[in-house]
Amino acid sequence: MPINPTLVKEFESITGKEQVLTEPADLQCYSYDAAVLSPVMPALVVAPTTQEQLCKVVKLAYDNGLPITVRGSGTNLSGSTIPQGDGMVILTNRLNKILEINEEDLYAVAEPGVVTAQFAAAVTAKGLFYPPDPGSQSVSTLGGNVAHNAGGLRGLKYGVTKDYIMGMEVVDYRGELIKTGSRTVKYVTGYNMAALMSASEGTLGVFSNIIIKLVPPPKASKAMLAEFDDVNKASEAVAGIISGHIVPCTLEFLDQNCIRYVEADTKAGLPVDAAAILLIEVDGGHPLLVEEDADKVMAVCRKCGSTNIRIAQNAEEKFKIWEARRGALPSLARARPTTVLEDATVPRSQIPAMVAAVNAIAKKYSLDVGTFGHAGDGNLHPTILCDRRNKEEFARVEAAVDEIFDVALQLKGTLSGEHGIGKAKAKWMEKETNRATIEFNRNLRRALDPKLLFNAGNKFV
Amino acid sequence: MSESTPTSQPVSSTLKALADKLLKLDDLLISCMRCGFCLAVCPVYGATMKEPDATRGKIALLEFLSRHMINDPEAVNDKLTRCLLCGSCQAVCPSGVKIMDIFLHARSIVREYLGLSATEKLIFRSLLGRPKLFNALLGLSAKFQGLFLREADSALGTSKAPMLSSFIGERHFPRLADRSFQSKVPSLDEPAGSSGLRVAFFPGCVSDKLFPDVADATLKVFRKHGVGVFMPAGLACCGIPALSGGDMAAYHAMVGQNLALLGGASFDRLVTPCGTCAATIKEFWPKLADGYTEKDKALVRDLHAKTTDITAFLSDVLRVDLPAASGGKTRVTYHDSCHLRKSLGIFAQPRSILKSLPGHEYVEMAEAERCCGSGGSFTLKHYDLSKQIGKRKRDNIVAVKPDIVAAACPACMMQLMDMHSQHGDRVKVRHVVELYADAL
Repeated sequence: MPINPTLVKEFESITGKEQVLTEPADLQCYSYDAAVLSPVMPALVVAPTTQEQLCKVVKLAYDNGLPITVRGSGTNLSGSTIPQGDGMVILTNRLNKILEINEEDLYAVAEPGVVTAQFAAAVTAKGLFYPPDPGSQSVSTLGGNVAHNAGGLRGLKYGVTKDYIMGMEVVDYRGELIKTGSRTVKYVTGYNMAALMSASEGTLGVFSNIIIKLVPPPKASKAMLAEFDDVNKASEAVAGIISGHIVPCTLEFLDQNCIRYVEADTKAGLPVDAAAILLIEVDGGHPLLVEEDADKVMAVCRKCGSTNIRIAQNAEEKFKIWEARRGALPSLARARPTTVLEDATVPRSQIPAMVAAVNAIAKKYSLDVGTFGHAGDGNLHPTILCDRRNKEEFARVEAAVDEIFDVALQLKGTLSGEHGIGKAKAKWMEKETNRATIEFNRNLRRALDPKLLFNAGNKFV
Repeated sequence: MSESTPTSQPVSSTLKALADKLLKLDDLLISCMRCGFCLAVCPVYGATMKEPDATRGKIALLEFLSRHMINDPEAVNDKLTRCLLCGSCQAVCPSGVKIMDIFLHARSIVREYLGLSATEKLIFRSLLGRPKLFNALLGLSAKFQGLFLREADSALGTSKAPMLSSFIGERHFPRLADRSFQSKVPSLDEPAGSSGLRVAFFPGCVSDKLFPDVADATLKVFRKHGVGVFMPAGLACCGIPALSGGDMAAYHAMVGQNLALLGGASFDRLVTPCGTCAATIKEFWPKLADGYTEKDKALVRDLHAKTTDITAFLSDVLRVDLPAASGGKTRVTYHDSCHLRKSLGIFAQPRSILKSLPGHEYVEMAEAERCCGSGGSFTLKHYDLSKQIGKRKRDNIVAVKPDIVAAACPACMMQLMDMHSQHGDRVKVRHVVELYADAL
């Protein structure tokens, strides 16, 4: 639906003409994100370049009843940045300044459009560490990471994005700047709204800047690869490592299908007969402690029946060990045209049950599936390989995804560990919770967004 | 994206034909999973931060055009031209989308529908494919720098893409050489030298006409290492300008002329000092040879195996001893040509050559692999954007305070020279082979 030209001019007077897009060929490029869903073309795209412009843009849009979808780089897998046809996209990728990196007080302040990997690199250059490392970090933005509470490989030991948000400034529906949190370790003077904003998926307001906790980097690390002839044994090893009071910084899992896809694609010499492999990295403040932890991890893996264990002796070998994990998504993605990357998460003890269920569902619907994921977090990525042009096949994919969710919930897990709800999983929210929870969240939402213009159709519907 | 919603506008039959042709690319387009990893490396997106400038946006637009979800081929073509064909995206694409194949085919399909401009026809069909005429014109222009080119501009009769005038317009451009390399050395046909090797030498248009010193240096290196040289008279352009402009007829004419000259001769390697020519001959010639005779198909396959750039030739074929030098005073840094690094995987070789240069100290710049923004016809159509991308490269170069920035592609050298000249930097732009030849 074309937008009122007078209103377009008003947006242009705030941001300059260059930052307002209205041509269909431009708008079409904001009709999708990384979710496998139908595109929806917005009526308008505006890219503010300052905090002041951002406030004015939000106010003007809200006053005029325009549905608002906030977009950073549009890399999410939940469809949460697919706009509404009569709505607008507020692009935050030009709000991309790192305002402060404080080495004494271990925090940074950044605008929402800063790219995660660039932020992490800037922090590393100052001798500090920002651990969250979502798979899309080379392009994803910090704002998008907060809005989805993005995870990554280091979740088990270091936590996820929410664990690094100390405070925020958020533009509310009136275009006013709201402050929450603080640059201090302790803070109790308000509602913990920064935590509320985490995983809010653009439904409560628009982030203006974020105060981010930093930590000192580990001084040493060791990487290992352990093969298992049985998924249960791999899972016992995961439980054994953690009950042995060792918290690896990464504890990744690849199942046999996934190993075979990676091997077919990369010829890296992976053990294609193994039922599963674990990729484990321990890190810490002293090389000797890390050595000790690595020895304990290997002992646990052996005790649990690992058929072969390799430990990297140098950086080159470490790079080689991680090759299998780096190759997982590309190898799966290259096997078929469409890649449906799922995110169901279960308590970690339920991983064997979950893997078995996924494989049974794949068999039932005659689908190609490879599973990898974060074993330490119980966060698996069953990845369904298909061709979205084949309607009959895609219907089987959708049915299979439904069943995967059912199983995850039966195992007392959750619909999504790190990808988000968006449009893709909104209809499932009541099943994970209950009617009252949905209503409670709706009420909360209505208080902060009375006209329901912030990313309606997402999260709670 | 399992369902598509066609727009309600009526679709003309020619537009439908265009969409149908694009649908043939569907198997390539479908493999894009919209992850957006290309946004991280796309130099054009890096400059504008607008999705239609990134690969993901362009792929989506082509898919939408083929499915009638957008019916504006002019707008889509505009977006398609805002691409350097640097291949940075393809190098990081997790799904292995054949992006270069898509863009080259799509440009050709869309341009066929829209038609080429008079200027493009003149350049692709008359000049680049006819080296004698091209040389004669440039020979004249070198004698009457400026004067001729203004005439050429008015002769082109267009204000849209005054290719030649933009060479000397706001660009700070190296003066055209008084004599092109090939006017000094029209042809060579030597037997194998003491190395036992005989190479076909493909200087490339930019070395030949703007940087004949690069071609001279390459020849000096062949002499020094006992390499016999075969260089037939009348080699045409490698074809990349026509290919990126979507003029397949002109492209095939250029390749055909080169094949006629190279076929029948025997040589061990084809060597060029131009990263762009190397990538075009090695990668694109075999990919686009479907309609060729069996003989020509065999020839392009042979050339695929034999073609290399001069730095890889020195390092991997001649295996010259390159001991690391130390204590040098002249600071030299290196810019990776996209065609060398991303298309051919050549990045260690030029660095090891530079690190061995006596009297020089090698320093690595930040983002050495990031595109300089030259991109052939891109810089002519989108000079401001090209300058913006070039500025980032320039800033990374001056940050390491070098005396010399080296490259192994004359097209990049043009851009680097322009950037440094615009900013008044005291940084010399040299080809790796020039520095190597100087040290011989």
